Amino acid sequence: MNSKNLTKQLAAKAGVLAGGVAVGALLAGTALAEPAVIYDLGGKFDKSFNEAAYNGATQWSEENGVEFLDLELQNDAQREQALRQFARRGANPIVVPGFSWGAALETVAPEFPDTNFAIIDMVVDAPNVRSVIFDEHTGSFLVGALAALKSETGQIGFVGGMDIPLIHKFFCGYAQGAQAVNPDIEVYENYTGTTPAAWNDPVTAGELAKAAYDRGADVVFAAAGGSGLGVLQAAADTGNFAIGVDSNQNYIQPGSVLTSMVKRVDVAVADAFSDQMNGEWTSGLQIMGLGNDGVGYSLDEYNADLVTEEMMATVADLNAKIQSGEIVVHDYTTDSTCPGF
Amino acid sequence: MDAFTSFIFMLDSATRLTVPLLLACLAGLYSERSGIFDIGLEGKMLAGAFGAACVALITGNMWLGLLAGIGVSIAMALVHGVASITFRGNQIISGVAINFLAAGLSTFLGQNWFSQGGRVPSPPAGGRFDAITLPFADQLREVPILGTIYAELISGHNILVYIAFAMVPITWYVVFRTRFGLRLRASGENPKAVDTAGINVNLMRYRAVIITGVLTGIAGAYFSIAQSSGFINNMTAGKGFIALAALIFAKWRPWQALGACFLFGFLDALQIRMQGTELPIIGEVPVQAIQALPYILTVILLAGFIGKAVGPKAGGVPYVKER
Repeated sequence: MNSKNLTKQLAAKAGVLAGGVAVGALLAGTALAEPAVIYDLGGKFDKSFNEAAYNGATQWSEENGVEFLDLELQNDAQREQALRQFARRGANPIVVPGFSWGAALETVAPEFPDTNFAIIDMVVDAPNVRSVIFDEHTGSFLVGALAALKSETGQIGFVGGMDIPLIHKFFCGYAQGAQAVNPDIEVYENYTGTTPAAWNDPVTAGELAKAAYDRGADVVFAAAGGSGLGVLQAAADTGNFAIGVDSNQNYIQPGSVLTSMVKRVDVAVADAFSDQMNGEWTSGLQIMGLGNDGVGYSLDEYNADLVTEEMMATVADLNAKIQSGEIVVHDYTTDSTCPGF
Repeated sequence: MDAFTSFIFMLDSATRLTVPLLLACLAGLYSERSGIFDIGLEGKMLAGAFGAACVALITGNMWLGLLAGIGVSIAMALVHGVASITFRGNQIISGVAINFLAAGLSTFLGQNWFSQGGRVPSPPAGGRFDAITLPFADQLREVPILGTIYAELISGHNILVYIAFAMVPITWYVVFRTRFGLRLRASGENPKAVDTAGINVNLMRYRAVIITGVLTGIAGAYFSIAQSSGFINNMTAGKGFIALAALIFAKWRPWQALGACFLFGFLDALQIRMQGTELPIIGEVPVQAIQALPYILTVILLAGFIGKAVGPKAGGVPYVKER
């Protein structure tokens, strides 16, 4: 390499460096108020929880013509670092979906009092944090009613993931819903395991579902994360029905998935973005229930033939009664009991 | 449902749960009989499951998926082989490394290729081993007892289940009735004698390790494209370690391995079927107690009933030719 070339290269490099510094200064100076999402470890396209957050943010961005920032984590250690990085860059609000964010947010939120944060599925008590909690029990109540209406044998099943209070909340709502339309219904309650491995064990979950089908159940609700796929598969293999969870999973085994108990994480994310943009931000607890479309059951072309008009009418009626307060669905997590089961 | 039918259903479930244990256990038998300890069964199964799921998804062909599973698993087995045979490394450490490598690599590649949090989606139709109905199963279903056993228990599994059970007599024959088997066992008991007879000990051990790879590959394919469909992070859920326990329990013998694996499979099925059912006198047993049952029984059986289990004498020791 001759010296002339070298000089040129050095000059070019210096230019790039200078440009980088300038851009950095610009970013710091303007303090972009772009909203941001930082996904949990499952990744942006996990076909479930995180993807729902991504969809909500993308749709909001298209509707409002405002860009948003997002980031996928590679490991647990990055949580606090990622939050600080986004807050320093001026992102506002910062939405983090998933209860695993709790500890990191508790540390970082007080360091940036002027930034608003939202956490989904977890409560963090800080003046600039909105904690979004879903009424899983009422959504489960409605799919339980659908299951009982669909069942010809009068027996239905439930396969939970890890045996924790949150999953008992799903079961308790489901069983109450089934009992509301058929007082003699039999509900088989099963859990895949007692460790976090229970979220990724489709084999055991599938066997639990098969056991329920063998005993006479014809609809099984899978509230089991990745393990739930084993339940949907078992339903397809044995010619019975399953109910999906979190995202709309009707398409995974078309014709075998009666419906899915959806948690509208996308709505929660879009709401947070909109509230900040319109200056209507509220911190504190936000409950996503039937009334504000936070939870519900999914209907699409994959289960149109499985759910009759009559079933829909009954469930719509129950939905109205829950919202008006005529029916009170017991929440397992309030007292760790499920009356009647 | 009467008690007999529900018992048959439980045995049916136990059969499905036994298959991966049995394949992994027999896989370990070949390796350990030749003198190579293998605690990497879990990792090889996981890698096999991942390879099978990927290829079955892309090609839509279950046989290509199975071949890919076996191929990936053999590759992992050879890593273990090179480390512990050629380079005389510590076999336990190499096995642990295989387990970590498989868990990390499958999630990493799965996330990069399919962007679903490390999951591999379900293969299309034709990419999964479906249940086979044996001849006359439907006609015989109504025959009391024997008909039920035939139609519900023996018929209606996928081909890999039958392969797994067929591997038991095959393994017994290969290990105890062939020249290859004699040399294999001798490599694990007294490699110096094998060497004196003019047989290459390291080559024997490599062969054994490759057979281990084939069997764990089939077990992996069973996980991702037969029993379930699609790959999920760490879906083997510790079955490789249970297979290892079964191997010790069976004192490195194939028929006893079948017994031990079926016992573990049966206990697993029992805990699945007993959840939420009312037992006479006791009433409904809490889920946690039922789930602990297989482990409690394992401890009792291992501690009290099998006596002393002594592995192959030269197991875990790399063979060094004396000059």
